[in-house]
Amino acid sequence: MPRWFDALGSRLNRMSSLVITLLAVVSALVVGAVIIILSDVERLGNGEIGAAFSELATAYSALVRGSVGSLRALSETVNNSTPFIIAGVSVALAFKTGLFNIGATGQMLAGGLATTWVGFVMDGPAIVQIPLALLAGLVGGALFGAIPGVLKARTGAHEVITTIMLNYIASFTILWALDTQLFQRPDRSDPISKFVSDEAMLPKVFGFIGLGEKFPAHSGIIVALLVVAAYWWFLERSKMGFEFQAFGQNADAAEYAGMRAKRLTVVGMVVAGGIAGVAGGIEILGRYGYATQTFAGTIGFDAIAVALLGRSTPLGTMFSAILFGALQSGGREMQVETDINIDLIVVLRALIVMFIAAPLLVKAIWRVKSAQVSTGQTFKGWGS
Amino acid sequence: MRKRTFKGLAIGLVAVVGLAACGGSDDTATEDTEAVTEETTAEPTGLACQVTDVGGVDDKGFNQAAYEGLLQAQSELGVAVEYLESQGDADYDPNLQSFIDKGCDVIITVGFLLADATKKYAEANPDVAFAIVDSGTSAANVQGLTFAANEGAFLTGYMSAAMSESGVVGTYGGINIPPVTVWMQGFALGVKYYNEQKGADVKVLGWDIDKQDGTFAGNFESLDDGRNIAKTMYDEGADVIFTVAGPVGLGSAAFAQETDGKLRIIGVDKDMSISDAENANVYLGSALKGVTAAVFQAVQDALAGTGGGTDYVGTLANGGAGYVVSQEIPAELQAELDEIQQGIIDGTIATM
Repeated sequence: MPRWFDALGSRLNRMSSLVITLLAVVSALVVGAVIIILSDVERLGNGEIGAAFSELATAYSALVRGSVGSLRALSETVNNSTPFIIAGVSVALAFKTGLFNIGATGQMLAGGLATTWVGFVMDGPAIVQIPLALLAGLVGGALFGAIPGVLKARTGAHEVITTIMLNYIASFTILWALDTQLFQRPDRSDPISKFVSDEAMLPKVFGFIGLGEKFPAHSGIIVALLVVAAYWWFLERSKMGFEFQAFGQNADAAEYAGMRAKRLTVVGMVVAGGIAGVAGGIEILGRYGYATQTFAGTIGFDAIAVALLGRSTPLGTMFSAILFGALQSGGREMQVETDINIDLIVVLRALIVMFIAAPLLVKAIWRVKSAQVSTGQTFKGWGS
Repeated sequence: MRKRTFKGLAIGLVAVVGLAACGGSDDTATEDTEAVTEETTAEPTGLACQVTDVGGVDDKGFNQAAYEGLLQAQSELGVAVEYLESQGDADYDPNLQSFIDKGCDVIITVGFLLADATKKYAEANPDVAFAIVDSGTSAANVQGLTFAANEGAFLTGYMSAAMSESGVVGTYGGINIPPVTVWMQGFALGVKYYNEQKGADVKVLGWDIDKQDGTFAGNFESLDDGRNIAKTMYDEGADVIFTVAGPVGLGSAAFAQETDGKLRIIGVDKDMSISDAENANVYLGSALKGVTAAVFQAVQDALAGTGGGTDYVGTLANGGAGYVVSQEIPAELQAELDEIQQGIIDGTIATM
């Protein structure tokens, strides 16, 4: 078989997984449309089917307008996407190593808390404080990620269990920390931290040319893009990245080839945790300026869907994070323009992931005839 | 205007995907319970917008009460209304910005946790009128809507102590913030007053008057937390629990339903025997806060341009705070409650 034939085949395969991904998104939007129409009981009951459809059109156009329709909408999308990108890379990298990191939320909380501390004990200058605060986030997240890594390497405790449980530990630890004199804002009785210094807040991306008002996206996106680039370099160019992937695809073969499984497991979780910690730090310095128990929201869990949708590749993860961020900001506009609740966005996201997880279904629906289609990254199941 | 919610569907689908398999919650707050409003044909006289906190407009309590005030303004004042639901702290700023961009004439923010964001946007947009529920005024264009919630809670505390057979009652809050603890303090003082009057020794779990601290769920959402806290207090002997945590209390009510009437619940904000009708029998009463009327008033004031910089305080005297009790309480207890209510209004009984 000539080499060019193999190359073409693999390119087609890669194309087809892109096609399937796009079709999954389209399928989700179609099902979402059906849900919007069917839930419009009032209009359907009155037989105003045309009106129900025009509402649908308003809803979906609001979704687009609210995500990319204006500078402010675009900026909102950028801000929403930033944590999804970084946390998504954290989960994707763990996937590549054969680890299922469900603990991004806990790692974000640990990192964010460390960032907050550096944020309020210092007062600038920005050029020193911001990198230092993000470094603290990296370290905090990495230390927190190390726990499930070590537990797995030493005792075989499955990271799915330990990372989920560590989320609770992080959540209640931060609750306790925010009640201590060190962190708690002096004039408040609820668990909320002091403000980080103004110098520590991430500057607006285009603030330096006076566009900060019109386009208030913060420069966390630059960090996010750097994380994606580093992830690409790590996978494609570094020896350790190669080891990670070999280990993720077949742990036994990798061990046979002389790679040290335990070390890879620990390092994989430490790196994934560190990246998630940066995501937490970015949220503190970019969005909030203070920490609460819930500042990480559901980003850590959404990041799993982001990584799945992006098939754990650097660009795929980035684009799916942007899609999730856009849906988030578009959903707000949709809720303002129509009487459709923003919860529909959660439904859409769940549908997308469902269709991604069932490529054969998507192929059957759209009658795509392509070679094998994988569900993306696989990871080791129970007892393996 | 009817609002559709997809919470049940969303949670169901997420569960199908399996990503939320480890944190699933019983979501019982999915039905639409909004009041049906009359369609007004006249041109709207303004646009009134509301940013809710995480409970959402269907939380059967605080946020819903505020939304009903907005709907009342829609039908009686002929204003157009909009709302945005916050799903977390991250949504406060963008939700407010959306409404500024949309050109709202008055923006009502619902909840103490929105105070910082409200102040920020009010100062940046002096032409827009703001009103905030559960926080004082913070700028010349912000009307504060606060409530002497302790007054109604005091009465339900007294009533709970009288009705308790085990001699132990409980209370818990959502988050340790003044608008929550004011209820718990009032409730505990009501129990204390009962003990003083009757020479009884009814204990209160979940709030310590001296330390000014107590039990908190840490959120205003998790029905599971409400169930767990109620179960713990029930195990420690409590037979009446006052829940001050919005939808979290619905979980406690669901647990109480399983105890065959041994555990009773005191609802908060609204008459929960109506709002949470499926569990109506477990509610011994509710401590009320006149959020609906206050929001309606705030919209009216804002359109007239008179609200900014002032504070509205709802009390027993002006109907902005109160309580309801179930029919089953003895007539002599009701008579005592009426007497105490008068004492509070006269200022002869302290509830702080």
